[in-house]
Amino acid sequence: MADAKKTAEPLLMPTVDEDGTPFWTYAARGELRIQTCAEPTCGEPRFPPRPCCPHCQSFATRWQKTSGRGRIWSYVVPHPPLLPAYAAHAPYNAIVVELADAPRIRLVGNLVASPDAPLNSVDPARLRIGARVQVVFADLDGITVPRWILERP
Amino acid sequence: MPSLKDATAIAGIGQTPFAKQLGDSEKALACRAILAALADAGIAPSEVDAFASYTMEETDEVEVAKAIGAGDVTFFSKVGYGGGGSCATVAHLASAIATGQASVGVAWRSRKRGSGPRPWKNTAVQLPTPAQWTRPFGLLRPVDEIAMLARRHMHEYGTTRDHLFNVALACRNRANQNPAAMMYERPLTRDMYMTSRWISEPLCLFDNCLETDGALACVVVSAERARDCRTKPVYVHSAAQGLPAQHHGMVNYWNDDPLSGPAWTAARHLWKQADFGPEDVDVAQIYDAFTPLIPLSLEGYGFCGRGEGGAFTEGGALESGGRLPLNTGGGGLSEAYVHGFNLINEGVKQLRGTSTAQVPNASTCLVTAGEGVPTSALLLRA
Repeated sequence: MADAKKTAEPLLMPTVDEDGTPFWTYAARGELRIQTCAEPTCGEPRFPPRPCCPHCQSFATRWQKTSGRGRIWSYVVPHPPLLPAYAAHAPYNAIVVELADAPRIRLVGNLVASPDAPLNSVDPARLRIGARVQVVFADLDGITVPRWILERP
Repeated sequence: MPSLKDATAIAGIGQTPFAKQLGDSEKALACRAILAALADAGIAPSEVDAFASYTMEETDEVEVAKAIGAGDVTFFSKVGYGGGGSCATVAHLASAIATGQASVGVAWRSRKRGSGPRPWKNTAVQLPTPAQWTRPFGLLRPVDEIAMLARRHMHEYGTTRDHLFNVALACRNRANQNPAAMMYERPLTRDMYMTSRWISEPLCLFDNCLETDGALACVVVSAERARDCRTKPVYVHSAAQGLPAQHHGMVNYWNDDPLSGPAWTAARHLWKQADFGPEDVDVAQIYDAFTPLIPLSLEGYGFCGRGEGGAFTEGGALESGGRLPLNTGGGGLSEAYVHGFNLINEGVKQLRGTSTAQVPNASTCLVTAGEGVPTSALLLRA
């Protein structure tokens, strides 16, 4: 199978905004951290990142480290028509992962066979809602993105 | 407090042909549809003093007003979130007219989505927040985003591909009765559906709406004025928009309950203002960019319980003579996809008694806008 990094058309890179920057900075260090209210009486995690807490309206923020474990909440298998870089891997998977540490925080990602494996490296027949997954990190041209592998491959 | 209830009416509707490719520009199509709607109402263009459309509409009110020969315009509004804004265009006009800000309003949508570009291919526009969290992972298109919710609905409630086929079939069957529909002469079978190509599993080709060039418009006036117009008034009985707490647009995976979308919020307000409930709706025009939006909306608008939207489609419930005849012009799936405006006009046709798939004596109609995005809805009555 083609290596994602060697295809002619690159995958889309996140267009990082001010609120989201810490997420990607921590990802580059191999950490999955979630924006969390730093108000001692609140402490609610939130996603996607935003300037203030929707529960207590505090602007005090910290980035809570997570275990990186979760379960597949849902998944799709896209087929063409797609952007060229993705069409090259189709059919591939896109999954939503519910974090074990914060079940209401759900991240979109890809289930892969190993950190640097392409988006189509897992047989779609192996995808299952509820399957336990673990975060890994893949380096794409200059940015590190989370990927997910099955806890029990 | 003054009420919107039955204070205004849709007095005219107009549309262009629907096709994969039309020769006219979007601006010309908009003008044709608007002039047709005004002629239908018997109102001169110079009397138009209000406009409403979608933020995605490319032709602005300045261009439309000067082309059709509108008079002095005192109210104009654009509603965001793609097809979620469809019913809100009529709602905004109804509010303006009921509160005396204007007297003759035109709502419209013109779009060359059949021959023009697919919005999701414009990555410069599509990638910023919140798409940095989804698109790089290959969740590129609206169909991928809705397929994610559909898969979860199937998992939680046993919704099946046959349920989604029931939706596609009902729309196609009505389109087969509607000469203006793009799929007029194209019947659909279960075998065609089950063997068609995937677009984003679990959704196949026939779970997706059409790609259409075309335009539609309607004219909103006070109920009093409407009674003097050329055609039978169709009253705006109730109207609502819906942006639920902690909603995130089509990637609605980040709140407590992603399967309870904007329909639920719009519905609560819609029914609160109405003299009747879901059981009294004779015919429904429910936004159908993708088949799963129908079960999600059936639940949200209270036609069945949470999780029962798939099962509701069984036994021909959405067909003519069924429990809730659906999208009787063919809808976005089989008539035309013009961001749901054809659903508004079809609702008017039903309550005038002029639909090509007329529900006998229809006197109440629900029309909804895009589900999965900040939405809007109308209850129309004869």
